[in-house]
Amino acid sequence: MLDAKVIDALKEKFGEDIVNVSESCGDSIVNVNLDSLHDILGFLHSNLSFDYLLFLTAADYPKREKRFDIIYQLRSTATFDEIRIKAEVSDGEDVESVSDIWGSAIGDECETYDMFGIKFLNNAELRRALMPDDWEGYPLRKEYPLKGNEFSDRYLDKYLPEGQRHQITHTRMP
Amino acid sequence: MSSSDIRTLELNMGPQHPSTHGVLRLVLRLNGEKIEHTTPIVGYLHRGFEKMAENMTYQQFNPITDRLNYITSMNNNLTYAMAMEKLLGVEDKVPERAQYIRVIVAELNRIGSHLIWLGTHALDIGAMTPYFYCFREREMIVDMFEEISGARLLYDYVRIGGVAKDITAKFMDMLKEFIKIFPERQKEYHTLLTKNRIWLKRTKDVGVINAEDAINWGISGPALRGSGIEWDLRKKKPYAVYSELNFDIPYYPEGDVYARYLVRMDEMLQSIRILEQCINKIPEGPYMMDEFKKVSKPIKPPAGESYGYAENPTGELGFYIISEGKNKPYRMKIRAPSFVHAYALPFMIKGSLLSDVVAVIGSLDFVFGESDR
Repeated sequence: MLDAKVIDALKEKFGEDIVNVSESCGDSIVNVNLDSLHDILGFLHSNLSFDYLLFLTAADYPKREKRFDIIYQLRSTATFDEIRIKAEVSDGEDVESVSDIWGSAIGDECETYDMFGIKFLNNAELRRALMPDDWEGYPLRKEYPLKGNEFSDRYLDKYLPEGQRHQITHTRMP
Repeated sequence: MSSSDIRTLELNMGPQHPSTHGVLRLVLRLNGEKIEHTTPIVGYLHRGFEKMAENMTYQQFNPITDRLNYITSMNNNLTYAMAMEKLLGVEDKVPERAQYIRVIVAELNRIGSHLIWLGTHALDIGAMTPYFYCFREREMIVDMFEEISGARLLYDYVRIGGVAKDITAKFMDMLKEFIKIFPERQKEYHTLLTKNRIWLKRTKDVGVINAEDAINWGISGPALRGSGIEWDLRKKKPYAVYSELNFDIPYYPEGDVYARYLVRMDEMLQSIRILEQCINKIPEGPYMMDEFKKVSKPIKPPAGESYGYAENPTGELGFYIISEGKNKPYRMKIRAPSFVHAYALPFMIKGSLLSDVVAVIGSLDFVFGESDR
């Protein structure tokens, strides 16, 4: 369980930008405004010794007005505290990169961009991490079909000679 | 040759290069033999596990976790089971016998993983003999797993709420035999490599990363301990029954390939220590919580989210699960140590020689099933 001092320090410094503080299964979650997200993470890193970024990811809620949650899980190697920071991002909105704070953010930002299409500003290495560079669509968005779409069916065809073109054997019904 | 003739060279290494352990691809920009810039490219084994998880029930995903790091399936299962138990709020209700069995299989799998790492790492650098020694002992571990789970790879043995089957008397005999002979065998590996002059030349002061940078780049597991940080989740955030067992955390301050090698060598003996204690302490009792015995009965965790993690042989594996109260997860993120290490690699090899890349890759123990998910 997180030390209450951390939350107090955050509230004192950022006030209105801390939207909500909650807890789930023993993990502390802090929802913040996107505008001051980078400042809050920098403050946690340099003033509150959260020096280890475990992961950075997103979650898709298509019915919401701002459809993505961007999620940072941090840990302090000095106090063993863990904290999860969340901010809402709408489709097409850019997020400021935290690769200047944690080196390990580069890879995770590439992956989040690859899977959700959230762009990160100031990440010099931003590119698709897992999918091919010329892929279209973002696989972890909820509307992306599990068994792929027309584009993914035809993707390999441009690399294959005519007789070996991809034969679709599955149906798209779940 | 005048200095104006020197140009940088872009060199593609992998994905089919034998020392990249499967499918890592590196685009290296070289100045002479020195590396200036590296772009790691992963994803050749991408199977979309996170997307699949959203369309599967919680129990159906259990065998999929085997296929992350296919060498350490037991540890993957354990991490997933712990994340789920945290989400369900039943961490304290898992029977004690099951917890001891979990520790036994996790530590055995840790030794097995380190043996494969040692064999292939030495093979990359040019020492072929250790490979055969390592696989001789790994065979014993795999036989033990076959005895309890029926499989020699991808065990699906640790389940949510306990383990799939109880361990047998034959397994215990095999385990005692293994514990008896292994420390002697570990000394044999030391005689092959530790003071070998070629080995020292290839590994000392290569791929150095200091403690501060290691934390900044998210490095975990034996690689972090090789940078002089006494960090082990089994001690710092004890799970299962690790808090009742005595063992040390081996760590070395040098931060080079050799230090990471020594950490893993020492860790194998610490695992033997843990196994010895488990044999004496394991209680009788149930091996599985009754409510999870039927796999067909859907698990519906309450709405919420949990991050469950464990110390795996390669580093810290974690499952971040968001539940909306249905029988399938809403979102699952897998924190894979190999993926994080792949992006830390450019920093570690910057300025070093091209031939050292192979040694550094070996020392980080990559498995790309885990990295690419």
